[in-house]
Amino acid sequence: MNHPLPPETSDRPLAPGQRLAHSPRATLSADCVREIEALATKYPEKLAATLPALYLAQADLGFAGLEAMKEVARVLDIPEGHVFGVATFYTMFHQKPVGKFHMQVCTNLCCALRGGAKLFEKLCARLAVKPGEVSPDGMWSVEEVECLGSCGSGPCLQVNHEVYDEFLDTARLDAVISACRQGNVPVWGK
Amino acid sequence: MGQIRTKPDSQIYTFEGFGTDKFPNFMLRGAGNLRNWHIHNYEQRHEGYEGLRKALKMEPTAVTGEVKASGLRGRGGAGFPTGLKWTFMPKDSDERKHTRYVVCNADEGEPGTFKDRAIMEYNPHQLIEGMIIAGWAMQCKQGFIYVRGEFKWLVDKLDAAIQEARDAGYLGKNILGTGWDFDLLTYRGAGAYICGEETALLNSMEGRRGEPRVKPPFPATKGAYGQPTTVNNVETLASVPVILRIGGAAYAAIGTPNNTGTRIFGVSGHVKRPGLYELPLGTPMDFLVNDLAGGCSTGRKIKAIIPGGCSAPMLDAADFDCPMDFDAMKARGTMAGSGGVIVMDEDVCIVEAVLRLTRFYAHESCGQCTPCREGCNWLEMVLHRIEHGEGKPGDLELIASLTPRINLRTLCPLGDAACGPIDSALQKFRHEFEHHIEHKTCFVKGAKLTSAMGVH
Repeated sequence: MNHPLPPETSDRPLAPGQRLAHSPRATLSADCVREIEALATKYPEKLAATLPALYLAQADLGFAGLEAMKEVARVLDIPEGHVFGVATFYTMFHQKPVGKFHMQVCTNLCCALRGGAKLFEKLCARLAVKPGEVSPDGMWSVEEVECLGSCGSGPCLQVNHEVYDEFLDTARLDAVISACRQGNVPVWGK
Repeated sequence: MGQIRTKPDSQIYTFEGFGTDKFPNFMLRGAGNLRNWHIHNYEQRHEGYEGLRKALKMEPTAVTGEVKASGLRGRGGAGFPTGLKWTFMPKDSDERKHTRYVVCNADEGEPGTFKDRAIMEYNPHQLIEGMIIAGWAMQCKQGFIYVRGEFKWLVDKLDAAIQEARDAGYLGKNILGTGWDFDLLTYRGAGAYICGEETALLNSMEGRRGEPRVKPPFPATKGAYGQPTTVNNVETLASVPVILRIGGAAYAAIGTPNNTGTRIFGVSGHVKRPGLYELPLGTPMDFLVNDLAGGCSTGRKIKAIIPGGCSAPMLDAADFDCPMDFDAMKARGTMAGSGGVIVMDEDVCIVEAVLRLTRFYAHESCGQCTPCREGCNWLEMVLHRIEHGEGKPGDLELIASLTPRINLRTLCPLGDAACGPIDSALQKFRHEFEHHIEHKTCFVKGAKLTSAMGVH
């Protein structure tokens, strides 16, 4: 049977760690370490702190890259491999940097029926950024996401894992972008 | 403390006649009012924590008996009787005292479903009360609420509501003088649809990858942290205080026999008034889609309806008379699922809609079972080439040979869910697929549903 997609390129590095982007900083801030240590005793088992700790490390270092994973493993005293497995499983842990404003548009069926996919294309054009990339000024990144639980009020846009913007249309999209530009939206990790 | 949502919400939660005896309002009290969530509102205006006071005066087994008598069935999708599920928890013996957990599944991520969000937004205390009652019935010491990662503001809100309940003496040590201790913790997921499956949810809550477990052992034997655990949906748990307050028999009188009570239906897609409508089970779909949601928003005819979240096989306009309950839906070859109704008008390309849903399943497959991991990707590729005018004769037979190899051959129902939309679309709208393959172009002239940019 013919493969309907072109074959994968072979320039993939070998070791998992080599694929990951490096953070400018190698260690977490003292505050973040303290918060993660507090998490270790919050749940019945220490391992359960992995997800919340990765959120904290991601906020501290900007993204959940190799350094963030190693630090979480070190502070919680759990295997690095476990943290790598968890961080790469979930889509909300970003292994490479995102923009100051990470725009996520739901393009699943319910939002798409109300124009979600069109708005996503419009957003990419407006910000001159492609999915998976960060704009040269470090301001924007866009992502097409699956259902945000906002089907009746779609299309839905979420900026930086914060509160949703619903019933999105072109005018509303412009309003959100200008609110970001004017600093009325908290930046990524804050 | 994070940010608590203050932005007004323009979604529809009510309709004429809602809140009367015919259409009782149990779950959406005060929905739309962003100040409704505080405990004083819940206690003063919505008979809050009355069910709990009643429950704590009863024996735990009597509470489970009341829930059994109500006939409440799980609102998460499978429709399993809740009271029966609770009885699966092991009894304490002299040699062994169990640590048990009650877990609330708030990982709402099924496209078309947005009901749990409204409960947590406007009535978090009803969920908390339901969890305390469930905790009492099963004699747990600890409960967890697993919320999907995208709902960060709801985690903050739930944390604030839990603190209010703790301050009022409904949580913590010696609740209302019974000598029984119970507390709640929230846990935030990180963006995986599969964590809505109960054992994947438990894995995720333990800080692992959200991969479903092999069953048995079922969670009631070996669940969270290896202890007996019961996982219930938000809407199920939020129904429990109502049952205790009005009594199981009165609750069972609502709806149809074997499908009792009310449930929240979310209507989305091409309707004039999308929103959440709480209706007694067994209400015909026609009433929900045409009368309440106002019918098609585009002025065209309705072509297809997905009646219970995107995993449910599609229905067409001929099924408008179908009563919305678990058994009647099953008899029509679909499922009531999570109560999310997606309406599509006749300008929607079914091939593209199914492609979009299949891409979702291919993306969200956890990768543990080969049939689902490989099968969903292959389905997506074949549908992709049909949609883009590169379909070959025999592709439909290829799809028809693929789905039975995924369906029921995986650890969890995600693989089955992926097959539902495709199989039903091939059955009901086969001519559209054939048109795509033969004429290399679309059957209808509707707007595109998938973006050209789309990269996951």
